Formats: sequence, C-alpha cells, structure tokens
Amino acid sequence: MSTVAAARTPELDVHESRDARRARLSAGALLVALGAILAILSTRTAGATAYALSGYFDAVQLPTVTVPAGPTVIACAVLVIASGIVFLAGRLPAGARTAAAVVGGIAVVLGFITWAVAGSQLPFQVSNQFAGTIALATPLVLGALCGVLCENAGVVNVAIEGQFLVAAFTAAVVGSVTGSTTAALFAAVLAGVLMGAMLAVFSIKYLVDQVVLGVVINLFASGLTGFLFDQLVQPNSGDLNSSPLLEPIAIPGLSAIPFLGPILFNQTILFYLAVLSVAFVSWLLYRTRWGLRVRSVGEHPEAADTVGVSVRGMRWQAVLLGGAFAGLGGAFFTIGSTGAFIKDITVGNGFIALAALIMGRWNPVRAALMAVFFGFVTQLASQLQSLGTPMPSQLLLMLPYLATVIAVAGLIGRSRGPAADGVPFVK
Amino acid sequence: MPEPQTTRGSFWERHGRSWAVTAMSIVLALLVGAIVMIVSDPEVVTQYAYLFTAPQLPLGASWAKVSSAYSALFFGAVGSPYALAMTTAQAAPLICAGLGVGLGFRAGLFNIGAQGQAVIAAILAAWVGFALPMPPVLHLVVAVLAGLVGGAVWGGIVGFLKARTGAHEVIVTIMMNYIATGILAWLLTTDAFLRPGSRDPISPPVEPTAIFPAFYGQFHLGFVVALLAAALTWWLIERSTIGFAIRAVGANPRAAATAGMSVGRITIVTMVLSGLLAGLAGTQFALGPGGQGVPTPLSAGLVGTVGFDAITVALLGRSSPIGIVFAGLLFGGLHSGGLAMQSMAGTPVTMAMLLQALIVLFVAAPGLVSAITPYLRAPKNKSLVGGQA
Repeated sequence: MSTVAAARTPELDVHESRDARRARLSAGALLVALGAILAILSTRTAGATAYALSGYFDAVQLPTVTVPAGPTVIACAVLVIASGIVFLAGRLPAGARTAAAVVGGIAVVLGFITWAVAGSQLPFQVSNQFAGTIALATPLVLGALCGVLCENAGVVNVAIEGQFLVAAFTAAVVGSVTGSTTAALFAAVLAGVLMGAMLAVFSIKYLVDQVVLGVVINLFASGLTGFLFDQLVQPNSGDLNSSPLLEPIAIPGLSAIPFLGPILFNQTILFYLAVLSVAFVSWLLYRTRWGLRVRSVGEHPEAADTVGVSVRGMRWQAVLLGGAFAGLGGAFFTIGSTGAFIKDITVGNGFIALAALIMGRWNPVRAALMAVFFGFVTQLASQLQSLGTPMPSQLLLMLPYLATVIAVAGLIGRSRGPAADGVPFVK
Repeated sequence: MPEPQTTRGSFWERHGRSWAVTAMSIVLALLVGAIVMIVSDPEVVTQYAYLFTAPQLPLGASWAKVSSAYSALFFGAVGSPYALAMTTAQAAPLICAGLGVGLGFRAGLFNIGAQGQAVIAAILAAWVGFALPMPPVLHLVVAVLAGLVGGAVWGGIVGFLKARTGAHEVIVTIMMNYIATGILAWLLTTDAFLRPGSRDPISPPVEPTAIFPAFYGQFHLGFVVALLAAALTWWLIERSTIGFAIRAVGANPRAAATAGMSVGRITIVTMVLSGLLAGLAGTQFALGPGGQGVPTPLSAGLVGTVGFDAITVALLGRSSPIGIVFAGLLFGGLHSGGLAMQSMAGTPVTMAMLLQALIVLFVAAPGLVSAITPYLRAPKNKSLVGGQA
C-alpha cells in the first residue's frame, strides 16, 4: 500500500527507489530490444500487408487497408526504440512515460502483425481480432475477479480452473435438462459458489495449505466432471449435453455503430455482466465498508480482529462471492460458446485468469485489462495460425505465461500481493 | 524432520495415529466415490423408487455396481503378477516426481512445476533416444542424463528467480508448466521432432537401445531406479549436510540465515534437485516400455498429469521418501486398477482420479477426519508441508 501512496504524492517521490529504477531501466531495455528485433525482421519483410477492417458479413463494409510491409515495420521499430529511450533517458513526468508506453505497445503489436502477415494471400481481419479478443477475455475477466476477491481477503485461489470446470459442466447439463439458458446461468453460479465453499471450508475451517488445496480441488473437479461425463452425460448426450446457447443481445442504437457496434454492443449477457462486474468489484473493494474490511483481513488479519472484524466471516463472504463470478466465467465455456461439455474443456484458462490477476497486481481494473491483453494474444495466435505465418502460433500462445514470469520476477515493476495472502488465521 | 510432538509419546502417538488417519481417509474416499457412482447411474437410481416397498432392489443394485467396480479396481492393481507389474510401472514416475515435490516441501518450497520439469525431461530423453544412435547401455544412460539435466535446469530457473528476485515459486512454476507444454507443442511441428510421414504431432519411436529393460510384464528397470532415487533422497535429506541445510531453511529461513546458511543458495539447490527428480519421472514416461514393450512416442499428453499427481503423492507420503514410495504405489495401483475397472466393470477410469483427489483432501484435513470419526482423535493443524510456506 505504501508504494501506491508514494506514487500518488509526487512531492514525496524525490528519490527514485532501487526497485523503481530497475523496473524503469528494464522496461526501457525491453522496448529497445523489441524495437531492434523488429528492425532486424523488417530487412526480411517483403510485399504488402492488408488489414480488413470489416468482417465478410458486417452490415457496413469498411475498406481493406493495404500498407507496404517493410517500411511499416521499420516505422514501428523506430517508434518502439524511441519509446524505449524515453524510459531509459531518465525521469520524466508520469504522463510522458505513460504515453511512451502506449505508443511503444501499439507499435510493437502493429509492427509484429505487419511482419507476420506480410505476403499472405488473405488480409488480417481486424474486426475478427477484436471480436475474438472479447470472447476469449470474458471468462478470463470473470475468473480474475474471483481471484481478486479471494486474494484480497487473504485466501489464495489456485482453484479457479476447478471452479470454471464444474460450473461449465453444470451449465451444460442444467441447460440441456431445462432448455433454459437463464436456469443454466443460475446453476453455474451456484456451482461456482459451492466450489468456493469447498475452498473456504478446507482453507478457513480446516486450515489446509491453500496452494496445495487449490491443486487438489482442481484434480477433484477434473475427476468429478470427467467421471460424471463418462458415466452419465456422454451415453445420454442428446438429453444431457445439448444445451441451448446464450443469444447475443443487441443494444438498440449502439449496435449499429460501424466497426465498434457489432464488437461491443451485440454480445451475450456474459460479456455485459463481465464489464459491469469489473466496475462492481472495484466499487465494492475500494468504496464500501465491506471492501475495506475485506482488504484489512487480507493485509493484517490480527489488526482487523482486534477492532472487531470477523476475519473468518469476511473471508467466507469474499470467497463465496468470488465463486459466483467464477461460476459465470465457467458458464461461458459451454452455454456461451458451443453448448456441449467435453472433458477438461477449460484447458488452463483458470490459470491464465490467475496470471491476469497477478499481472494486474490484485486490482480488479488492471486484472481485467490484463485479461483482455491475454485474450488479444490468444486470438492473435489463432488468427496467425490460419493465415500461415512464419511465427509458430504455439510460441505466441506462451506469451501470457512468459509475461507473468517476467512480471513476478520484478523486471517490470514488482507484483506483490496482499500481505496476509495465503496465511491462515487462527484466533 | 523429528518434530517435538512426534518424538515423545507411545508408538501409537508417533506413527499409529497418522497411519490411522490415512487409512480412514482412504475408506472415506471410497465411500464418497461409491455414492458418486450410485447417484450417477440412472439404472441404479431408478431402483430407489422401491426403497420402501422392496428395499432389496435398490440396495442390491447399488451393491452390485459398487462391488463390481471396486473389486475390478483391486484385482487390476494387485490381483495378479501381471497387474502388480503394471502397478510398479505406473508407480515409478509418481514416486520420482513425488520425491521431487516432497524435497521442495522440506525446504518450504511449493514446486507446482513438476509437470513442466517432467515435460522438458521427456523431450530431451526422447530426443536422445530417437535422434542419437549409440551402443546399448551407453544410450540409455545418456538419454536418462539428458532428461535429468533438462528437469534440473527447468527447476533451477525457478530457484534462481526466487533467490535473486523473490518471485513466488508457485506462480513461476505454474507458468513454467505452460511454457514447457508450449515448447513441446511447437517442437512437435518441427522437422527435428515430427515423425517422418506422420500427420499427427508425434515423434519417431525411441531406439530399442535407449529403453528401460523390462523384467516381467511392465515391471522394468525404471521402477528399480525410482526406489534407488528414494533411498538416495532419504540419505540426502536425513544424513547429508546439504539435507540438514534444506530442513533448516524449511523450518525457519531466518534462523537458518542467522546460523550462516545462504537461504538463496539452498533455495536454488533444492529447486535444482527437485527438478532433477521430476525430470527422472519425465524420462520414465519417455523411455519406459509400455504395454507393447516399446515406449509411447513423444506427444502432447505423454506425461499425463504427473506433476499434479506428484503433489498428491508427496502430501500422502508426508514428504518423507519412505512414505512417498508407499503413496506412489497406492496411486500407481489406483491408475492401473482404474484401467481394469473401466474394461471389466464399465466404470470410467476417471473414478481413479476422483478417488485420488478425495484421499488427499481427507488426508490434508485431519480435523475433518476426526470430526467424522471422533475416536481417532487425529492430530490437529499439523502441516503436511515441512516448514513454513
């Protein structure tokens, strides 16, 4: 907390701390290195890169922009190196550094895509990229919010993956039996909360180590859904695994905006809920008495206990509420996409949500932005794979994990959680 | 590590109670598993309409269902010499990786990354096995060593990051697992690893010179190596200087630092050794003869979920090498028995995974077990993880 306070009061921030200096220099060096890589790549880039702004079926067709690949990559490389130099040059106002970071980040992405798609027969689908990003990010945002609530209260949640899995299974089965996506959604939330209760009872009541517990809960979820799927659902898949899908809801007026409209305002209820949830959780954590108590329980439970806050009670509430968000996120994998459940359908998304939470430094808004970034990278990998580009998509898919390792190693700003995260409370 | 409360008291106090909790946990897990089996079988559930008029129908159907599944599980695990041989083959990688995770626990480190360490080891061992022809014995030794180095490096990176920057090993190891999986997926698209003419992402078969020789059925040299690894790990932890330092750091890093030990160096050494043992598990998958006497070729799912299974093995074995050997055999038996359960009783093999998770869940919460069975008076709040997290 003290570092945040220091950043907000610039007059106190006269001396740059060692950590801040190291973070600034590493960020600058990383940008310069990326720029250098782009510059090297530009020498081997030939032909043109086409960006299709509209999908084939969009109502309003925007033009396809074609840029000469080589010069564009060089221009991006220059911008990236320049923004890196801003970081390296010394201490500038926070605004200048943020601007450099934004320019550098966009230039890296643009330069990289231009290089990767250069010479391809098909254009790069920009609207497809954004739509896919939003679809992939929706469960990640909800899962990260679950983690934000649990971990700010001091309960490490490695079990987001398991919560996703059970909720996805429940949504598919309940949706198939009732034929109602609303019932399926409520069932998924209930499943997420129940898995949260399992986490809570073992970690808060029986004081089981929380990391170990998370791993075991994930195994439990995988075994339980896998067994029920094999034994019950697969032989009766017509009755139990053919749930209706959530329909996109077009917001009148806004959805007619060219380009952005279909991407942002013609989505399923889960997307709108995810956006609202980010605002809701931020308000809850930072603007309400309940949130203050949750954070106090996560930072210093003994102090909270001394002033009469029920540490275990607050942790229970935070974990259960978090479970509701994980349940919504889990529902996305079945009724939000294909409708049918398959074994281990969540394929590590719970862990990417955990990574987003850590990259977002336990803050709901930053965690959500990181979830969107991870969704963007994943979507980029699948787009580039279908375009047959020189960059192996498997390596691109590793980027979120690599970024997280770099982040927790403190190379670009140390990522530190609540002080009492993972520490059981014994009165 | 001899803890104060375990050195005093009767033999029952020292060992009996924790064994009783473990046994009770297995019984409770089997009970929960039976309930899940019954409620998820529509044919059995429909019989429960007659519960009050003809109770023998639902109870008989339930008994038939559960007893056929569990007897198949039992016979598939230990029912015949061939089944026993298969159990040892399933147990060998679990023991190795479990030793790695347990060693980390003793130093207070959570190595959630045995999965990634095993993947990297399997890649290197298999590559030496199919790409570098060598004379018989030498080939196997070099392939195993390559795997060990791979696992040790992958674990060592985590230890280095933790020691130098304070990055939490749980997060780093989880991420390193996915990076390792990504590397494997990418390698299987390259010419060096993709089997010529194959459209599926699998590698060429490992040369016969690099396979662990089998003695009977699937009982092969790899299991003997796993037992040797357990003995060496026991000696390392209990009898060597470095083991003493590992235990000291695990018990209290500040006290260890005050006593002149370098906590950072011990962290790195522990993670290297932990990764090395997990790497040994990876080589078991890459070089161990399967059912047909040849190893499964390198592919995306080769090592299964060994890294996560290893955590359950280390917990059940309470991080002691001897306990880990027994825990590995138990879960190895569950795996091989699970396959028999699927083929003989038609009960899906995923039940074995569910049982494994349930057993560890109960073992990890002795408070819950003693709440259900008060006469056991299980020790309360005793951490399964040596030292502090």
